[in-house]
Amino acid sequence: MQRSDEFRTEAMSLPPAVELRDVRFTYPGQSAPTVEDVSFRVARGESVSMIGPNGGGKTTLLRLMLGLLHPTAGEVRVLGERPERARLRIGYMPQYTRHDLQFPVNVMDVALMGRLGAGGTARWLGWYGRADRRAVAEALDRVAMGPLARRPYAALSGGQRQRVLIARALCARPDVLLLDEPTANVDAVVETQLLDVLRELARSMTIVMVSHDLGFVSDMAQRVLCVNRRVVAHPTSRLTGESIQEVYQRSLCLVHHAERVAQEPEQP
Amino acid sequence: MSEFLDALAEFSFLRYALVSGLLASVAFGIIGTYVVTRRISYLAGAISHSVLGGIGAGVYCQEVHGWTWFDPMLGAVIAALVSALAIGLVSLYAAEREDTVIGAIWAIGMAVGILFFFSPRIPGYVDPMSYLFGNILLLSRGDLWLVAGLDLVVVALAVVFHNKFLAVSFDEEFARLRGIRARAYYLLLLCLTALTVVLLIRVVGIVMVIALLTLPAAVAGQFARRLWQMMVLAVLFSMLFMVAGLGTSYAHDLPTGPTIILIAGVVYLVTAAGGRALRWARALAFGPRR
Repeated sequence: MQRSDEFRTEAMSLPPAVELRDVRFTYPGQSAPTVEDVSFRVARGESVSMIGPNGGGKTTLLRLMLGLLHPTAGEVRVLGERPERARLRIGYMPQYTRHDLQFPVNVMDVALMGRLGAGGTARWLGWYGRADRRAVAEALDRVAMGPLARRPYAALSGGQRQRVLIARALCARPDVLLLDEPTANVDAVVETQLLDVLRELARSMTIVMVSHDLGFVSDMAQRVLCVNRRVVAHPTSRLTGESIQEVYQRSLCLVHHAERVAQEPEQP
Repeated sequence: MSEFLDALAEFSFLRYALVSGLLASVAFGIIGTYVVTRRISYLAGAISHSVLGGIGAGVYCQEVHGWTWFDPMLGAVIAALVSALAIGLVSLYAAEREDTVIGAIWAIGMAVGILFFFSPRIPGYVDPMSYLFGNILLLSRGDLWLVAGLDLVVVALAVVFHNKFLAVSFDEEFARLRGIRARAYYLLLLCLTALTVVLLIRVVGIVMVIALLTLPAAVAGQFARRLWQMMVLAVLFSMLFMVAGLGTSYAHDLPTGPTIILIAGVVYLVTAAGGRALRWARALAFGPRR
């Protein structure tokens, strides 16, 4: 297995996809830090999931990686650069609930936004060209939304919107994909579809996602970062009832996948 | 109707009113669409009311200091831009509540304007009424050029930066992550709104600006599925309201501004209620859409 091995990462000539060093972040006006003493690396090609209780700092970490927030102390590096500089190589999927559904846009309009700032366009003006439309069509096909390109965004179901937002993140051909709760508000069928899409994507890029959905996480990620102000990393196979309980501080029913456990190499 | 056409041929002020109304509709439709979809109509309201301060300053300087170059409309443009930038910067960077700032600028602008207008140092009496309620029939040939010029600026910027404005309005954070200077574009959008508001003030006056900025776009929003469609429709609806309003007010000897607004308001309410009734009927006949 070529992934999730910290020693290998150090040996590789390329800098890791994501690296946090002694990061602390305190929101202005608050006394207690939301996250502190956070150090971890995500190797290129790895799929990592962040789980943890609400308010534990998962989204804060994601926003630090995007450069939307700046650490109070410590360092964040994405692809070896400051997040602001690496931005155009990051694909980001926010939660679809943030958008105003009365906004008159269709699927194509939304997905095209992912091409802003990508090469090949009259960049300064932000006009889209043929290459942009082709990239978007490709990305929409990848998440099986191609036939609905002209559908109004508001007329889609939650799972379809989520897939459009994945396509939007994909069409700039990013090296790192950051997903904020891809399975929030979607039913089991859609979740399976999303899982297929993401598994396929995981072959060609680094994926870091926030998720509450432990079943989904154990199917998808090689490593789990348990985030509750501090971060503890576990390989998915080590995701046991106790370690989860440690983070959530309450009992949870955990879906365990025997085959996944068998596949994972034991960490020394 | 033919009576109105005859009058148009006869009176140049009616022609100016009609042409400037049609020209201004282009800016109203485009900017109004952004104002409605971005949900900043109260922001536009504050800009519009603060303009009275600038107009008052212009009147005062002309009457008291004899600065003939300081036209009240120049004051209006300055006041509109300043308050647009002030609200924009505060809402972007300060931790103040945005609606409080909007309310403050709204009221302060009015207060400053009234103080200037009723200053004891102004000889005689200057009537703020035409600014508050507007009068499209008082527009001159020079105003026509002003309208056309501002139109050109608004349309050019809106067309050239359409994709960026769309991205920034729909999802500002994502636009920022794609390397767009979202805050700068938001401020630019507010400045364009400010210029459009100044245009509107000539037509319907300070008090009714929000109505004519938002109603055509709101009606268009009932039918449009994409942003540019909404803009085109909003321009057409705005033109329709202008012509209908002018014609009706001429035929029945009514004040023009309120007539235009009332027509726009009625059409909005009818289409909004009609759209809802249509959805109900469809749901009753075919079951809920899925």
